[in-house]
Amino acid sequence: MSGAAPRGMAAIVRDAGLAALIALGVGAPLLGLRTEPVGRGLTLIPRPGLLLSVVAAVFVGRILVGLFMAQRALRRRVISPAPRAMLAPPGFRSWLGRAAGPAMLAFALLLPFMPGIGRYEIDLGTLVLTYVMLGWGLNIVVGLAGLLDLGYVAFYAVGAYSYALLAKHLEIGFWAALPLTGLCSAVWGIILGFPVLRLRGDYLAIVTLAFGEIIRIVLLNWVGLTGGPNGMSGIPRPSFFGLPFSMAGGEGTFAGFFGLEPSPLHRIIFLYYLILALALVTNFVTIRLRRHPIGRAWEALREDEVASRALGLSVVAVKLTAFATGALFGGFAGAFFATRQGFISPESFTFIESALILAIVVLGGMGSQIGVATAAVVMIGGFELFRDLEQFRMLVFGLAMVAIMVWRPRGLVSSREPSVALGARKMVGAEHVAEGRG
Amino acid sequence: MDYALQQLVNGLTLGMIYGLIALGYTMVYGIIGMINFAHGDIFMVGAFTALIGFLLLGMGGVTFVPLALILVLVLAMAFTSLYGFTVERLAYRPLRGSFRLAPLISAIGMSIFLQNFVQVTQGARVKPLEPVVQGGVVLSRGGTVEVTLSYMQISIILTTLVVLTVFTLIIGRTPLGRAMRACEQDRRMASLLGIDTDRTISLTFVIGAALAAVAGMMYLLYYGVIDFFIGFVAGIKAFTAAVLGGIGSLPGAVLGALLIGMIETFWSAYFSVQYKDVAAFSILAIALIFLPSGILGRHEVEKV
Amino acid sequence: MSAPDPILVVENLTMRFGGLVAIDALSFEAERGDITAIIGPNGAGKTTVFNCLTGFYRPTGGSIVIRHADGTTYPLHRLVQHRIAKHARVARTFQNIRLFGGMTVLENLMVAQHNRLMGEGGRTPFALMGFGPFQKREAAAVERARAWLDRVGLTPRADDPAAALPYGAQRRLEIARAMCMEPVILCLDEPAAGLNPRESEELNDLLRSIKAEGTSILLIEHDMSVVMRISDRVVVLDYGQKIADGPPDAVRDDPKVIAAYLGVEEEEALAVDAALHQE
Ligand SMILES: Nc1ncnc2c1ncn2[C@@H]1O[C@H](COP(=O)(O)OP(=O)(O)OP(=O)(O)O)[C@@H](O)[C@H]1O
Ligand SMILES: [Mg+2]
Repeated sequence: MSGAAPRGMAAIVRDAGLAALIALGVGAPLLGLRTEPVGRGLTLIPRPGLLLSVVAAVFVGRILVGLFMAQRALRRRVISPAPRAMLAPPGFRSWLGRAAGPAMLAFALLLPFMPGIGRYEIDLGTLVLTYVMLGWGLNIVVGLAGLLDLGYVAFYAVGAYSYALLAKHLEIGFWAALPLTGLCSAVWGIILGFPVLRLRGDYLAIVTLAFGEIIRIVLLNWVGLTGGPNGMSGIPRPSFFGLPFSMAGGEGTFAGFFGLEPSPLHRIIFLYYLILALALVTNFVTIRLRRHPIGRAWEALREDEVASRALGLSVVAVKLTAFATGALFGGFAGAFFATRQGFISPESFTFIESALILAIVVLGGMGSQIGVATAAVVMIGGFELFRDLEQFRMLVFGLAMVAIMVWRPRGLVSSREPSVALGARKMVGAEHVAEGRG
Repeated sequence: MDYALQQLVNGLTLGMIYGLIALGYTMVYGIIGMINFAHGDIFMVGAFTALIGFLLLGMGGVTFVPLALILVLVLAMAFTSLYGFTVERLAYRPLRGSFRLAPLISAIGMSIFLQNFVQVTQGARVKPLEPVVQGGVVLSRGGTVEVTLSYMQISIILTTLVVLTVFTLIIGRTPLGRAMRACEQDRRMASLLGIDTDRTISLTFVIGAALAAVAGMMYLLYYGVIDFFIGFVAGIKAFTAAVLGGIGSLPGAVLGALLIGMIETFWSAYFSVQYKDVAAFSILAIALIFLPSGILGRHEVEKV
Repeated sequence: MSAPDPILVVENLTMRFGGLVAIDALSFEAERGDITAIIGPNGAGKTTVFNCLTGFYRPTGGSIVIRHADGTTYPLHRLVQHRIAKHARVARTFQNIRLFGGMTVLENLMVAQHNRLMGEGGRTPFALMGFGPFQKREAAAVERARAWLDRVGLTPRADDPAAALPYGAQRRLEIARAMCMEPVILCLDEPAAGLNPRESEELNDLLRSIKAEGTSILLIEHDMSVVMRISDRVVVLDYGQKIADGPPDAVRDDPKVIAAYLGVEEEEALAVDAALHQE
């Protein structure tokens, strides 16, 4: 890591040797020995082969990285002036920026009817879109208002459970229940917002995290209402505006009404478009809000709270609207999740979920709608790619999170689009944009 | 009354364990202002290293308990420190001086990685350890319940006190401690004055990890079972403790940890075990409403 | 001379930080339409007065009252902070410039008009959907911002991030942003600090024109040439107490003011004076 100057082979090997030594130390207890149960106790099984191969891999890998860095440093010296500009001319870049949104939208709209797209792909698309929506919702709180929320999953959970309760016990249909669940989550957003109004940065982070855990623990233990760890099942599936999806077909069902052959795919495609619509609503509202005084107040709060206060912004109102709006969309997504799965349990609403959504927002580049959408595709899609490596999937996922952050600390799309302009809109570079202290 | 006394002893023990972890959080926070989310998992690695250490010694025939304890302590601290060092090098140093959330996400990634690393290499099942230290002193026998202070609890409390004292001396009296405090005050200035800040930060992580290893070993001895997931909950509790005490403040971390340990123990004893975490978190939230910078935290007034 | 018509009345204002008395029973008035300067050595408590005035600090004691031209009064020492800007219409700038760095120059000026826009139908669903009468209000707000940009010479940079502006331009932008609130009183904390002589001259003109349009100004300034030339009245603070108050010429020759600026006690100053004469 040290020094930009190209180094000799000896230095690289020495460096790699050191890395291998550290790997040996790190690996010795956990890789080199395995605890195995015998009787009521444990015994140790040595695994020198595994340990040594990992150490060797680190050694070789480190040499390769060293050579690569040296090569790069050398190349930088020879042709120093702006090699980047050659890679992507600015005109092409801005064209890409403008075309990416519509292209992604078109792709999303057509996906279910593309050749080679089956049930699995549509399901995956639905999952990705759920995270796109959650990312966009959290983006309001973290990316726009600059408030670090580590417990966003709480609103997702509140949405899911309130939909389940409304639909099961009061027999309210999906479309009627949706606004109610949104409202419910938004109210929770405000309830959480009040105590944390005065908190800054990491204090806010830990309280939001704690709030997420509190909600989960309550869901887990309030067996009478939520079914506890067993969760709630038999949540009514959505109907097509009153027409149920039924394999029997016939009068009064979706297939019957439209004269189609009954197919299980109908519901899956419907769910896909449902979440697409919900996500687009989230996107539309966010884009509109950004150009509205409320959205500008969020960003002003992120940029400088003191100046915002001096200009007569009520910090209470600004923070609470951000929390409530973010929670609202989290709640919608939760309701969708519940109706899609038909079954929910506290296990779906753990901290990892919050961390994943936050990672999507940060990787996307805080505040950028298209960035967040891309990040959701990359993270969830990438996660799915490793599906066969069941055991190693989370391992790789964790490492990928680290690697991506090291590679692009400010996310994929780090520049900010102004909400209003006299002339042509010019993107604001990341170096100027504040990240907020809340 | 005796029941309460017993709970007090238990709460103190738990609080000490949290305190050791909380110190790591608060030190790292003090020096580079980031939440080291992977710290709880470093603690878990410490517990596993200690477990492996005890098994090794058992197989090697070391039966003299105090010797075994000291050997495992040293072993666990050494190996876990290496983890602290490596994690900082790989996941945090490249992000130094960057935007605040990037190291946080990187730390969360590291935490996920460490959990799954241990799950993959050691298996997902819980790992039991035969009690190493048995017996205890009966403090009072009157009434319906007897109050005991187990040797285990005594050794946890004593070890923690010793480690804390040594550690306070390091921070207070040595050049390393001075360098740490200087970096805490103003990292750029410290580096201009010739302090190797990278090294100081590395050492902070190493010390934090070593303390977490002590906590891990104590946890293993106290509960007798561990699994790859213990780091998450214990980490959050310890972080909560650090925030409650006022993040950045070392005595605050210990104080906060003792409070969280007590709240948790008493809540479980008198109300419900299931909601003990809810109690701890709610008290944190309530405390922060009135003391937004924690109990001993420096109250930051933003100069306008 | 007409009867006094103070826009701001400060009475017995006291602000303590622990043991430190930053402002000590300070009383003064600012006349409507005047430029009132507050001067004093470093640490005298000038910025603290502004912070009490604009609700950043709640005063330990005393009162601060704003009187609008229509006779309505606002007790600032009791008002919630955002109401001070919104209803009492007090605007301020900061000693250390505080702009929304990642937002464009124009956006900075739009944020300043938040409360007006919200009051003018910003809360209706139409406003959110982007059509209806609110669009006109928004366009008017942009126009108002553009007018201020023209006045401070920043129109060509309207779409650049505020943080990218040079220092002098940032100072002007901060004043323009405060003025977009259409305040009755503008509080400027060392607006000339760090400006070159030409910029400083332009600032004088700007402040004069703001005054001419009827906005009262409260000005903290170390640059005596600015103070002497544009202020109507000067209040001098030292260790949180008022040591002089009057027209610029009178204050300039006040021995207590000179002593305060030289950093010595009055008697000492006299003693030094006497000693010099004996030689
Ligand atoms: N929030 C605070 N907490 C503690 N002390 C404060 C606070 N704000 C100001 N002070 C103290 O009050 C005194 C007056 O400070 P103030 O900033 O008002 O001075 P000033 O006249 O504006 O000085 P300068 O010309 O340097 O800007 C100083 O001693 C300062 O340290
Ligand atoms: Mg000042």
